[in-house]
Amino acid sequence: MSTGNMNLTLKVWRQKNNKTAGALVDYKVTDISPDMSFLEMFDVLNEQLINKGEEPVVFDHDCREGICGMCSMFINGRPHGPKDLVTTCQLHMRSFKDGDTIVVEPWRAAAFPVVKDLAVDRSAFDRVIAAGGFISVNTGNAQDANSLPIPKMQADAAFEAAACIGCGACVATCKNASAMLFVSAKISQLALLPQGQPERYRRVQSMVAQMDSEGFGNCTNTGACEAECPKGISLENIARMNRDFASAKFISEETV
Amino acid sequence: MSDINSNIPEGELTQKWTKFKSSVALVNPSNKRSIEVIVVGSGLAGASAAATLAEMGYKVKCFCFQDSPRRAHSIAAQGGINAAKNYQNDGDSTYRLFYDTIKGGDYRAREANVHRLAEVSTNIIDQCVAQGVPLAREYGGLLDNRSFGGTQVQRTFYAAGQTGQQLLLGAYSALERQIGMGKVEMYTRHEMLEVVKIDGKARGIIARNLITGQLERHFGHAVVLGTGGYGNVFYLSTNAMGSNVTAAWKAHKQGAYFANPCYTQIHPTCIPVSGDHQSKLTLMSESLRNDGRIWVPKKKDDNRKPTDIPEDERDYYLERRYPAFGNLVPRDVASRAAKERCDAGYGVGASKLAVYLDFKANTERYGKIEASKAGNHNPDKETCMRLGTAVIKEKYGNLFDMYAQITGENPYETPMRIYPAVHYTMGGLWVDYNLMTSVPGLYCTGEANFSDHGANRLGASALMQGLADGYFVLPYTIGAYLSKEISVKAIPTDHPAFVEAEAKAKGILDTLINIKGTKSVDHFHKRLGLIMWDKCGMSRSEQGLKQAIEEIRALRAEFWRDVRVPGTSDELNTELEKAGRVADFIELGELMCIDALNRNESCGGHFREEYQTEEGEALRDDVNYAYVAAWEFKEGVNFELHKEELKFENIKVAQRSYK
Ligand SMILES: Cc1cc2nc3c(=O)[nH]c(=O)nc-3n(C[C@H](O)[C@H](O)[C@H](O)COP(=O)(O)OP(=O)(O)OC[C@H]3O[C@@H](n4cnc5c(N)ncnc54)[C@H](O)[C@@H]3O)c2cc1C
Ligand code: SF4
Ligand code: FES
Repeated sequence: MSTGNMNLTLKVWRQKNNKTAGALVDYKVTDISPDMSFLEMFDVLNEQLINKGEEPVVFDHDCREGICGMCSMFINGRPHGPKDLVTTCQLHMRSFKDGDTIVVEPWRAAAFPVVKDLAVDRSAFDRVIAAGGFISVNTGNAQDANSLPIPKMQADAAFEAAACIGCGACVATCKNASAMLFVSAKISQLALLPQGQPERYRRVQSMVAQMDSEGFGNCTNTGACEAECPKGISLENIARMNRDFASAKFISEETV
Repeated sequence: MSDINSNIPEGELTQKWTKFKSSVALVNPSNKRSIEVIVVGSGLAGASAAATLAEMGYKVKCFCFQDSPRRAHSIAAQGGINAAKNYQNDGDSTYRLFYDTIKGGDYRAREANVHRLAEVSTNIIDQCVAQGVPLAREYGGLLDNRSFGGTQVQRTFYAAGQTGQQLLLGAYSALERQIGMGKVEMYTRHEMLEVVKIDGKARGIIARNLITGQLERHFGHAVVLGTGGYGNVFYLSTNAMGSNVTAAWKAHKQGAYFANPCYTQIHPTCIPVSGDHQSKLTLMSESLRNDGRIWVPKKKDDNRKPTDIPEDERDYYLERRYPAFGNLVPRDVASRAAKERCDAGYGVGASKLAVYLDFKANTERYGKIEASKAGNHNPDKETCMRLGTAVIKEKYGNLFDMYAQITGENPYETPMRIYPAVHYTMGGLWVDYNLMTSVPGLYCTGEANFSDHGANRLGASALMQGLADGYFVLPYTIGAYLSKEISVKAIPTDHPAFVEAEAKAKGILDTLINIKGTKSVDHFHKRLGLIMWDKCGMSRSEQGLKQAIEEIRALRAEFWRDVRVPGTSDELNTELEKAGRVADFIELGELMCIDALNRNESCGGHFREEYQTEEGEALRDDVNYAYVAAWEFKEGVNFELHKEELKFENIKVAQRSYK
């Protein structure tokens, strides 16, 4: 139960709101334990700021278990920091060394405007889902769950795509701020399941249209998104979405 | 003995819900279009209700404090969801799920509600699969099941260790579909701060836009709270950081009774506290007890590595004490047993407040099965461990990763260290059979209400209850009320009741900002948590509770004198949000102790040291305490007790035994 002995310099993005400009501000934190999570280190910083009568740093977080997708810090040039396959809240200070300087910025993308300090507005993701990321089935219409067997491999693949937490790291890391990995994960989940077939092509068209209108950039296949995704969402999903999108055009032209 | 009416329909238990559904008054489609319903909360309970009400044609407004409805705390549920499908053909039935839930709750839940829950449980699975929720399957393509504590059948459906995530994303997609069609107006980053009552009925809410700080008035013909549990009153819990009691507490102060506040669930398998910096505790799902065996060394202060301690020097104390259920006893029993061993000096790890959860035996067993499937009937140990590890990885991979990430230890090689932590709150706003609180037109669903779990919730039953309430119960029962409201026109929000409620909310915010004291909100929250954990946690005593009440009252006074909230109220101010929540937690903490003190018996998660059997098991008092304690808020911070008698007409009440 010891407090730790790491001393760190933080350069943290401070920005009052979306109307004012922001800047990096230097802070020092001391006695950091390697067992702390990155956000607990920020708790220490904030307690320090409050005790000095200053305003604490605003950052988004909730579950602190790597599942809600709310935490979103851009740490030393990488979304969610230096470790692969973890979110900011699951990053622990043992990944850093005493004396390190750590730069912490918000997600940066035209479609994710800064709200305050490190918190950004990711509601564009919700609007993309509202455009078609669902199966149109009202409550009470369902048949018995086991009347539709689904091969395990297929169900597992759908589950892997469905594991996306909607954090937006893929967008933040992409030089084009493309949302293809996020959007394709949802499209793949539903395209892989028999329940998703009736709306399969309509879905891809409306979700892609919404994605474009939100101001996300194009995909130029750099693969940075997959490398930074904390949940290991695969680029294969993007390929699947592109195939479906191409087929969708073909199918809708045919039916016109 | 009851002085409150739970409105349970007449008739035989198994027929009550069917009869209710076929006789409840309906609202015709054209009327539904002009009826507005406010749903606060977008977790399983809120999102499912908001989506379903909108599908039915009501105008819905839905609120959450996170930046997206998908991030509600339900997302973090790991292990699974129960349903009486009997797909495993192991003797499950609606009655058995009903019986297990009543017994698991230590005979402190309402029979009619629990039976309804068991009845609709099967519809939930059907609904979720239809939505594309990728639940785990067997090679034959059918759904897979696992076991959870307190049952002897396999009725738990799951999606790896991410069941809550997948179920919530299903409900979220249904909700987003309605948002896209313009039938639900979604308000994210909004926090409800008051219930607005007009002529005794709930008619709206005051919500704060967390980005601009503006207070907003919203009208609804009815208001539904699906705002989650209050485990964070203990500061450290497995709940998300933002989980809070504010919505429920404000409703309580407007007349909604708060029921059984002292029933808290301490979950036996969580990662132990590692230091003072700790901000939350992480659950290791109960599903792990399917394959993990719990033990401590037989010798006190045994400092050997766990892997160096031979079999015959280990005490598998759950298997020893409860041979019939073994590692799968209910949570309250498992937690107390861990505490008992640690208090007796057998705990492990640096803090000595931990026990081992060991997967080795079952890893080896799975390995053997896999080897023999591949034709190798005499595999060596190493092969078994390798093949078995793959099986374990598939079942619990994300939990093992999470454990490794947090502790820096590899659980595939060394047993996990675990200790009980606050996890779930069975208490909550009192509701009748219709899920309506004691304020007409104000409903409460999911973990925020008290309804179905008695004094102890069985694993995988909260997800079931949240979705049952939101998809299948509330959308029907609310019709009984709304069918009488069709002639009520939308009330303009310049009505004096809205003005007054807004002024009240503003008054509290201004006061908090203007105290300009010397201590942070977290400082007070941590102190409250410590009092609660020590004196109203895993075990309670008359003396401790009386002390706790004094301490909490003093803490409340100090908070309002000395809290420091930087910034202003007309901007995004996370400290101000926390301050409001902690203020409510402090009042709730006092009520929890008062309730625990009132209940002179032990039952489920409520363990009073004075009331135990010779073997240290909980000792109920059915003659005097077979009631729901529903507390009414009184001016100042005072509480008046009302009792709802619990009648058991279909189950024989017995001493719980898992031996
Ligand atoms: C780590 C963990 C694992 C669990 N695993 C399981 C499991 O395997 N099986 C199981 O059955 N149960 C499990 N549970 C319990 C279960 O997850 C919860 O009881 C359940 O999800 C609660 O759902 P809910 O919809 O009632 O509340 P929540 O999901 O907590 O949602 C609350 C909603 O209310 C909103 N809200 C709250 N206050 C306000 C306010 N004042 N204004 C506006 N909005 C507000 C929030 O934004 C949120 O949208 C687990 C719990 C935890 C902590
Ligand atoms: S695809 Fe990965 S990085 Fe992108 S939102 Fe989903 S989880 Fe986050
Ligand atoms: S806080 Fe939930 S994923 Fe990090």
